[in-house]
Amino acid sequence: MTDIVIAGIGQTEAGEHWGISLRELAYKAIKTAVDDSGGLKPQALFVGNMLSLNLSNQAHLGALVADYAGLTGIEAVTVEAAGASGGAALRQGYIAIASGMVDVALVVGVEKFTDKVGPDVEAAVSTSTDSDYEAMQGMTTTAQAALIMRRYMHEYNLPADGFSGFAVTAHANGAGNPFAMYRKAIKPEIYARAEMISEPVNLFDAAPNADGAAAVILTRRELLPKDFPHPLVRIAGGSNSSDTLALHDRQDLLVFQSVQTATHQALKKANISLEQIDFFEYHDAFSIYAALSLEAAGFAERGQGWKLAADGSITLKGRIPCATMGGLKARGFTGGATGVYQAVEAALQLRGSAGPNQIKSARYGLIQSLGGPASTAVCHILEKMA
Amino acid sequence: MTTPKPQTSSTLLRPNKPVGIIGYGAYVPRYRLPAKEVARVWTGGKGGLPIKEKAVPGLDEDVITMSIEAARNAMARAQIDPVELRAVWVGSESHPYAVKPTSTLVAEAIGAVPNTQAADWEFACKAGTEALVAAMGLVGSGMAHYAMAVGMDTAQGKPGDALEYTAGAGGAAYIVGPAEESLATINASYSYVTDTPDFWRREYQRYPEHGMRFTGEPAYFKHITEAATALMQAAGTGPGDYQWAVFHQPNTKFPQRVAGQLGFSMDQIAPGLLVPVIGNTYAGAAMIGLTGVLDVAKSGDRILMVSFGSGAGSDAFDITVTDKLAERHGRATSTQEYIARRTEIDYAAYVRFRGKLQMK
Repeated sequence: MTDIVIAGIGQTEAGEHWGISLRELAYKAIKTAVDDSGGLKPQALFVGNMLSLNLSNQAHLGALVADYAGLTGIEAVTVEAAGASGGAALRQGYIAIASGMVDVALVVGVEKFTDKVGPDVEAAVSTSTDSDYEAMQGMTTTAQAALIMRRYMHEYNLPADGFSGFAVTAHANGAGNPFAMYRKAIKPEIYARAEMISEPVNLFDAAPNADGAAAVILTRRELLPKDFPHPLVRIAGGSNSSDTLALHDRQDLLVFQSVQTATHQALKKANISLEQIDFFEYHDAFSIYAALSLEAAGFAERGQGWKLAADGSITLKGRIPCATMGGLKARGFTGGATGVYQAVEAALQLRGSAGPNQIKSARYGLIQSLGGPASTAVCHILEKMA
Repeated sequence: MTTPKPQTSSTLLRPNKPVGIIGYGAYVPRYRLPAKEVARVWTGGKGGLPIKEKAVPGLDEDVITMSIEAARNAMARAQIDPVELRAVWVGSESHPYAVKPTSTLVAEAIGAVPNTQAADWEFACKAGTEALVAAMGLVGSGMAHYAMAVGMDTAQGKPGDALEYTAGAGGAAYIVGPAEESLATINASYSYVTDTPDFWRREYQRYPEHGMRFTGEPAYFKHITEAATALMQAAGTGPGDYQWAVFHQPNTKFPQRVAGQLGFSMDQIAPGLLVPVIGNTYAGAAMIGLTGVLDVAKSGDRILMVSFGSGAGSDAFDITVTDKLAERHGRATSTQEYIARRTEIDYAAYVRFRGKLQMK
């Protein structure tokens, strides 16, 4: 099969964009990505978004964004899979190109949290849980993470600051990313002093909600402009796997089955082994999810994921660098844009354009976008082509 | 959002006849609720505190009685005949009556009736400074010799809300008159307003609501920096030309940060930064801050005052102290004396004083 390449990338700064609307955010990322691709003309648009219906009273983002971006007429739809919406949209773009039905696909992830504030946002985010059995009973996504984290700490006998390495690493990397919401490194003491938001999840175990948009242009290698200026990055493999929506339906709270399946399938598709992965953009909406993702993907044994953060293995110079541009914790949890941000960040790494956060001679990057507690897991493996 | 046209010197509000402050007076009720008391009740003592303590009105105090206290202090400093006041205007977001003016009671109490304008002003925390701009116009046009503008509040904070720590009580009254009689001339003012819904209270609602962090960058910081920058640009001044600056003060951090953004030092804002010890006095906040500055200012000192009202807007004033201030200092109670007159209460007494217990 022909190579499917990421021809253009674009992202907005993640953060609180009180004065910028949903459509404007999407447009900014699209404009950058289209320019970056050398002016490729998209034939299809896949919008990853999680909350516009509740937070902006806006459905039908496909037509809205296509119209606002001056692309009226092209095929355009929204892809929704909670926090994995961006990854799922990327997968739809990939499938469209791979099928041969589309030559140039535009994937944009966009989230606008700040059209509402406080409890309204919490209520909107909670719609990603099993509404009848979880949200209606008062469960929030943070409470889900707290239940899992408590169990993890109990089973594996973790110290109180066992997870601090995740936040410390993320913030160290965020300091080098001009698009990150938080660009300041933190010391472990900051983590230790942080307020509890849903015990044992403290303020630094939870990624902050952030407005933002990221976009990629996908095409087949042979359709690239002749003078294409960037090192080539292709999507070597991808997979999307689901798990039970409700936590109480899980066989085992401490295994992200969907992550295991999606990682395995993506590696198989890319025809590589896990050892060949040079960096991992995990979905650290909560630090417990980062730990469980490291385990389910195979980077750590069961119950050992947290140790990779504690011993420095996930830092930029470590065995398996993670959240290399700050991850969700420092770049910000950009809702349904998150998976596309990961693709942009991985492409920057593989192009050698990651600035102070550059990982030397990286060839394969694994990106992983989760919906809820891995009720959806979307994996992609990006490869720098020779 | 429309892009505003560039500001020019013609956008400054400057009356035909030069005007200034003839008298000023502050008022702060005696009761203090420490912020740690609010934290004790609502957060188990956890979390940062936005101020040290706030002033709480007594059972027999409201915006009317407090405005009268401040107005009398202003009259004492001005030493004018009250019948010469051609306006008594009170800005507040806690007028005791929804219909029936605060200002007529205040005018009556100080003897300014009946040949006077009287009305209540509402623009969240900048109602008082808006009245001050109007007083400049009334006097500067020659229609009136003297006009009084009051900013006073007994601010409402929803129990348990972030604003309950800071919603304080207090304010100040100013008498505007001809520049040649004034203790400080008001050289010019400039106002910057937009439709920004950062904080509001609808009719029949007991407590206001706010847009959380939205109240910061796009509201407070934007309006204050825009108003201050435009005023200084048009006046041809910079932070170094002012001995003192006063900014609206909803908590300790905001005025410190906005001062830094505009290039003012912590020393320049120190005498006017009262929020840590009296709380956010809303329509009174910038105006009582200015009384704190006037209490220590010397002839020739230049002062920048910038208010902020949610909804939203800022009034910026360029003020220069004259040699008449020194003799008027001691004619009324100083702001620091009011702050020192302090009786600490606990949360339970606060609940009683503020009528937060529903008896039926």
